[in-house]
Parts: sequence; structure tokens; C-alpha cells
Amino acid sequence: MSKPSHMVMLRWLLWREFTLAWRRKSDVMAMLAFFVIVASVFPLGMDPDSRLLRTIAPGVVWVSALLASILGVGRLFGSDYTDGTLEQMLVTPQPLLLIVSGKILAQWLMTGIPLVVISPLLAMQFGLPAGGTRMLVVSLIAGIPILNLIGAIGASLTLGVRGGGAIVALIVLPLCVPVLVFGAGGNASLIGAVLALTLVFAPWAAASALRIAVE
Amino acid sequence: MLETSHLQCVRGNRTIFRDVSFAVRPGDCFRLTGPNGSGKTSLLRMLCGLLTPACGSIQWRGTAIQRLGEEYLSEISYLGHRPGIKDELTALENLRVSCGLSGIELSHRAAASALERLGLSGRMNLPARFLSEGERRRAAIARLVVGRSTLWLLDEVMTSLDREAVDSIQLMIEDHLSDGGMAIVATHQDLKLSGSFQRIELAA
Repeated sequence: MSKPSHMVMLRWLLWREFTLAWRRKSDVMAMLAFFVIVASVFPLGMDPDSRLLRTIAPGVVWVSALLASILGVGRLFGSDYTDGTLEQMLVTPQPLLLIVSGKILAQWLMTGIPLVVISPLLAMQFGLPAGGTRMLVVSLIAGIPILNLIGAIGASLTLGVRGGGAIVALIVLPLCVPVLVFGAGGNASLIGAVLALTLVFAPWAAASALRIAVE
Repeated sequence: MLETSHLQCVRGNRTIFRDVSFAVRPGDCFRLTGPNGSGKTSLLRMLCGLLTPACGSIQWRGTAIQRLGEEYLSEISYLGHRPGIKDELTALENLRVSCGLSGIELSHRAAASALERLGLSGRMNLPARFLSEGERRRAAIARLVVGRSTLWLLDEVMTSLDREAVDSIQLMIEDHLSDGGMAIVATHQDLKLSGSFQRIELAA
């Protein structure tokens, strides 16, 4: 037999995450439906003034994406924790940082990308012009990974905590404020900076929190 | 090979055990006994690095396991209380994934033959949620067959297994020991091995 390899691990980890998501399709679907519905009820609750709608569109889409991504965050480690597979991952001869990063990557591919793909349709509902839509999509492309990364910290901190779902939101929402401000404001370079920062720190923080949660 | 000295376990503000010292050499099997809550699981979790001892040290070939890290983890197999089986995946997929996650590619053939050895021939392609508790346990034990770790840390692996399966696991442990492997088995049941085994008794 060969030596343990990181590439083999990452390949199997992604295969596992995708297969599990595929066999529990309703989870991802519910999240996307939630995203669409939240963004769609906003205009119903206010003055149908097209100028106002156009102004608030980026903010509404961003807030909806944030809420939807929090909805899915609990599943990142939750079921692995209850059935003991997380414990098994911790005793594999693989760096936990890599496992956590792989799981976040899978989460982003499965939930983040569909959010970005749907967002132009939502922008259309608000009558956002092409230029504004383009800016919104670019900011979501850079911003949603940040939501996934920060969500992973929240998920690992609340692992095994009763009523974890609400607490995740309490931890993650304030941390996402900068992303929201830069994202809805369409400030791409600042989002890029925040993305670089969270890419470095979030997996590491989530991995440390996981160790504590499993202990 | 594996040496522990003066291990102490504290959970919350309760000391569960203290001064646990033993040495495991190739071919040794230890049976870990003690009443509920005496810290059997905690001790095993310490030995695989999931739990940090409040006091004392664990050394593998003379080096602390915290320092060895992944090098040590590649030599052990831990089976916990919860079998670590994903309900949505089949027994076969579970086995291949768990090998894959430790970075080792396991062929379909090798996985199937390991599961056959544990008596899961007709059921390895069913999602694990359709398997009984004992069958899930067997699927988890298949990890030991395909791995090549030196030290097995088994936590109540024989619960919910029928007599036949218990016998075959004891045979597996014997084979493993005669190959120079080591095992620490926490169990309330009797352990019948052809060779002798030592005991670690944890007091309540």
C-alpha cells in the first residue's frame, strides 16, 4: 500500500460531501428557496416605487444571501459530529486544517455558487440595470466565500451546543457586518481584502474550535 | 512501543482517574475494564490524541504523541462508541470513504472482500440506514481489516454483535497480535483470546 496522500484525501472528501448533499437534495434546495423567497418578500412589504427598489436591491440580495448561508451552516459539521464520523476524521493522519478547508470548499461549491447564479434573476425583480447587476454578481462572487468561511467558525464553535442554530446566527451575523457593508456598497477591492484575511484565519480558527468541541 | 505514565483525566472539575501507567509492546493485548463512568472511553480518546491528559504523558516509540502528530495517527486505528458510519452512504462507500479520508485509496475489490469477511456480502450496496445496529458495527470494524495500523484502540466494539461476529473479531485480534500488532480493548464482555492478555482496571 502507498503512503497517505493529501490529494487522495481531498478527492475523497469532496466526493463524500457531494454525494451526501446529492442524497439529501432537500437541504440545498431549501436553502436556495429560502434565498429566493426572502429576497422576494422585501418588495412586497414596501412602497412599489421602482427607484426605491433599485436603490435597495443590492442590500436586499446581500442580506438574503447572508441569511440563507447561515441556514445551511449548521449542517457543515453537525451530522458528522452526531454520527461519529467527525471523530474519525480527527484521528486520520491528515492535517485537520486541510479537512476543514476541504469541507468549506465543498460547501461553497454546493451552496455558494448556486446563490451567485440565482442572484441576477432576483436583481431583475428589482429592475436593477445591467451595470448594477454585474456589480452585484461580482461582489457576491468574492463575498459568499467569506460567508462560508465565517459560517464555518460559527458552526464549529456551536458544535454540540443545545439550540446551536440560533447561536450560530448570533455569532456569525455580527462578524459578517463588514462583508455586508462592503458587499452591498459594491466595494470589490475591500471585499477582496476581507476574503484574503478570512481565507487565512477562518479555517484555522474553525479547526481549533473543532478540536475543543470534540474534546 | 506505547508507554503511558501517570495519566490523569479531569472532566469538568471531577477527577476521573489518576496515575494510570502501562506499557504496550508488540503482540500485547490489553483489556480495559471498569464500571460505567470510570473513564474507559476517556482513556482511549487520550491514547488517540482526541483528549489531552490533565497530567502525565503518552509516548510512542519514545516520543510524545503530541509531537508525532500525524505520524502517530497513521499507526493507530480507533473505533469509538459511535461507529462513524454515514447513513446516506452504503457500507462499501463508507469503507472506501473512510480509507480515502486517511489518504489511502482503497479499491472496490479490496473493500468488498473486507466486508465479505465480516459477513456483509449481500448488503454492502444498501444505504447504511437500512442496516441493523450490528451490521453497521461490522461495517465499521471492516476498517480494521483494510487498514494496516499497528495499534488498535477499540471502544466497546462488541456491543450489539451476535456470537458469530464476536468470535470473528476475537480471531481478527489474535491475527493482529500474532503479526506483531497491539490492541487495547475496552469491553464489559469476556474476551477470549488463545494467547494471554493483560488488564487495565479503572476504578470508579
